[in-house]
Amino acid sequence: MSTLTKFSSTPYTGPTPTNRLPYVPRDLEAVDRRRDEIAARITSLTPEANQDLPTFIVRREDIVETLRALRDDPELQFTLPLDLFGVDYPGRPEGRFDVVYLLYSLKNSDRVRLKVRTDENTPLPTSVGVFKGYDWYEREAFDMFGIGFEGHPNLRRLLTHEAFQGHALRKDYDPGKRWLLSEKDVAQITPKVFIEPQGHEFDRVTLNLGPSHPATHGTLRLVVSLEGETIVGLDAEIGYLHRCFEKMSETHSWQQVIPYTDRLNYCSAFINNVGYALAVEKLLGIEAPPRAQHIRLILSEFMRIADHMVCIGTNLVDLGGLTNFWYLFRGREEIYALIEACSGARILPSYTRIGGLAVDVPSNFLEQCQKLVNLIPGLINDVDKLLSRNRVFHERADGSGPISAENAIAWGFTGPCLRAAGVPFDVRKANPYLGYETYDWDVPVAEGGDTLARYMVRMEEMRQSLSIIQQAIDRGLPEGPIIVDDPYIALPEKEKVYNEMESLIYHFKLIMHGIQPPVGETYFAVEGANGELGFHIVSDGTKNPYRIKVRPPCFSIYQAFGEMIAGQTIPDAIAVLGSLNIIAGELDR
Amino acid sequence: MAIKKITVDNSIVQRKANQLPGEGPEKGIQTLPGEALRDDPESDATFITTKLDTMVNWARGNSLWPLPFGTACCAIEFMSTVSSHYDMARFGFEVVRFSPRQADMMIVAGTIVDKMAPVLRKIYDQMPEPKYVVAMGACATSGGFYRAYHVVQGVDEIIPVDIWVPGCPPTPEGLMYGILKLQEKIKRGEIRR
Repeated sequence: MSTLTKFSSTPYTGPTPTNRLPYVPRDLEAVDRRRDEIAARITSLTPEANQDLPTFIVRREDIVETLRALRDDPELQFTLPLDLFGVDYPGRPEGRFDVVYLLYSLKNSDRVRLKVRTDENTPLPTSVGVFKGYDWYEREAFDMFGIGFEGHPNLRRLLTHEAFQGHALRKDYDPGKRWLLSEKDVAQITPKVFIEPQGHEFDRVTLNLGPSHPATHGTLRLVVSLEGETIVGLDAEIGYLHRCFEKMSETHSWQQVIPYTDRLNYCSAFINNVGYALAVEKLLGIEAPPRAQHIRLILSEFMRIADHMVCIGTNLVDLGGLTNFWYLFRGREEIYALIEACSGARILPSYTRIGGLAVDVPSNFLEQCQKLVNLIPGLINDVDKLLSRNRVFHERADGSGPISAENAIAWGFTGPCLRAAGVPFDVRKANPYLGYETYDWDVPVAEGGDTLARYMVRMEEMRQSLSIIQQAIDRGLPEGPIIVDDPYIALPEKEKVYNEMESLIYHFKLIMHGIQPPVGETYFAVEGANGELGFHIVSDGTKNPYRIKVRPPCFSIYQAFGEMIAGQTIPDAIAVLGSLNIIAGELDR
Repeated sequence: MAIKKITVDNSIVQRKANQLPGEGPEKGIQTLPGEALRDDPESDATFITTKLDTMVNWARGNSLWPLPFGTACCAIEFMSTVSSHYDMARFGFEVVRFSPRQADMMIVAGTIVDKMAPVLRKIYDQMPEPKYVVAMGACATSGGFYRAYHVVQGVDEIIPVDIWVPGCPPTPEGLMYGILKLQEKIKRGEIRR
């Protein structure tokens, strides 16, 4: 029996699972057909079998050209960089790391996955020249795995601190091994200059905002270079809330990861629960019962409203308008009361389980939802009356922090910030899940991509979410169970555990050995409150995930911040930062 | 006119443990110095005597100005605590100040990671004495379930903590209860540094 020390976790030493079958996705034929279509257009691709997305292995020296070809091909148009991350397979002869590139095509609404194999000593050529949105992703891969990227303009640690030694997500790194940072080790940051300064060198001031600043909503740090009041340069330093989500999920079982997902975007925690559960369900090849799906959809939409309420409310607090905050928080408290009635917790419910939900909803669930649907439009209208035609607000918000549609796509924007730039991309429409395709609703789009446009999009999205909820209420809750009837996935009812031998054994087996999905990897994305929230999960057939990579929408958005506010003033920067809705828990994980 | 002297000091705490306020031989003597005069109908006292410490602690306990060191999910619950539904202004600690120079109660709301630790220490050092720290939630208390390579395992590694509030995150009621406990502690004069 090994002993638990304070900082390190004991590895799993139980019996070896026997059912390590390879993962075969349900729609394999369609994926293979799509894969062959792509392979026919682009050379230098080696297809990989049994994947849930068209997947190719690319040689290291070809990767930049392949990415460019995929982006520029008129038929394919994989223009949106979704994700880039490493996976560590120590001891593999062809190189220990997989570097995975994930791209999205807005034209065809599909994704493609590229893999490059490398090792500690062989750097990859940087892809920042093709997709500037890969800037921070490459820095993260360097920080977490020590994968080098030749030609990257600013390859230094991103999430961990300056005194950190080693690379945390490598399999041989002890999850509890800490390195302490003292104040003298904190590195000075020189902001990246976007506009060539006009005046004398002495006119320039470097100003540090955060990481503890009331207007940065959490732990964001900006170092700006000012000339007079104008921002000429900026660098954003992140990682002040890097809580090691990905390493922690590798040391816990599949079910135990659910509470960790709550704490990614803590303003809309339930959507994260749903996204993770759906990803694991895809890997397991199961589907939650209709009742669970219906409840998941209703609560997801309520959480989206609550998230937008926090975003608009706090954004306006930064601009000096406190009234909206009180109006919106009233509705938000009511939403939390509903979540509390269902799950027992207010903001971080951990309400889903793999295969369904933890417990059933209260018997008056639909009446409570109806009460909320009747209440919230009044609050939204109040805010609308106060703001939408308010001259002070317009002068602050109109034209501040604009971004063009092409730029937003190149940075990897998704969600309300992309729609505010005029691109009607919503995962719920493009790749529907939970039956969103059966509801009648619209994707709001605005022009200009400035703070006002983002506000408008969020206001309209709240109304659309209410419309979806109303339709869901009218359809009624389907009868039936709330979790799948599979003893290898869902715990049996407590009553049965006490009374039946079989159930007791299943309960014991599931608690001790956990869920053991097939060996393979999968990607599933939901529309989070900030954009495409994807979970890329890799399973080796054991009770713990081998690797979980979250695709956090904020991460892509925040790296464009410097470009968005160059040439504007500090008050504009605060207004724009609030409207982007950067959630540190999701940004830093 | 006979002048009655009423003494109020820390021993009240012991008495209060055994008897209800307003009962017993020292009728009318309460934790608050002013209350003694109002409650005792027989008294025609015009002044009271007390220890300066007691008086000062009473005043300090009732005028806490919080500095929210909000980093994560707990900060969202802190926002709920401040806003109209829970309204912590009812208890006299609603004057939220974001400048450490103007605050005397730091509420550490959220996970503190190693990268943030020097910042937390610096801001704590910038607060004027007397200062108090509330560790809100499991992460600030013990690192929570982030037993990991980049997370401070409880803020008491870096700064002294007066009140730990459990929960992940604590409900607004929980946070308010914790701060009320801190008020009691200050009034009793237990916190000295």
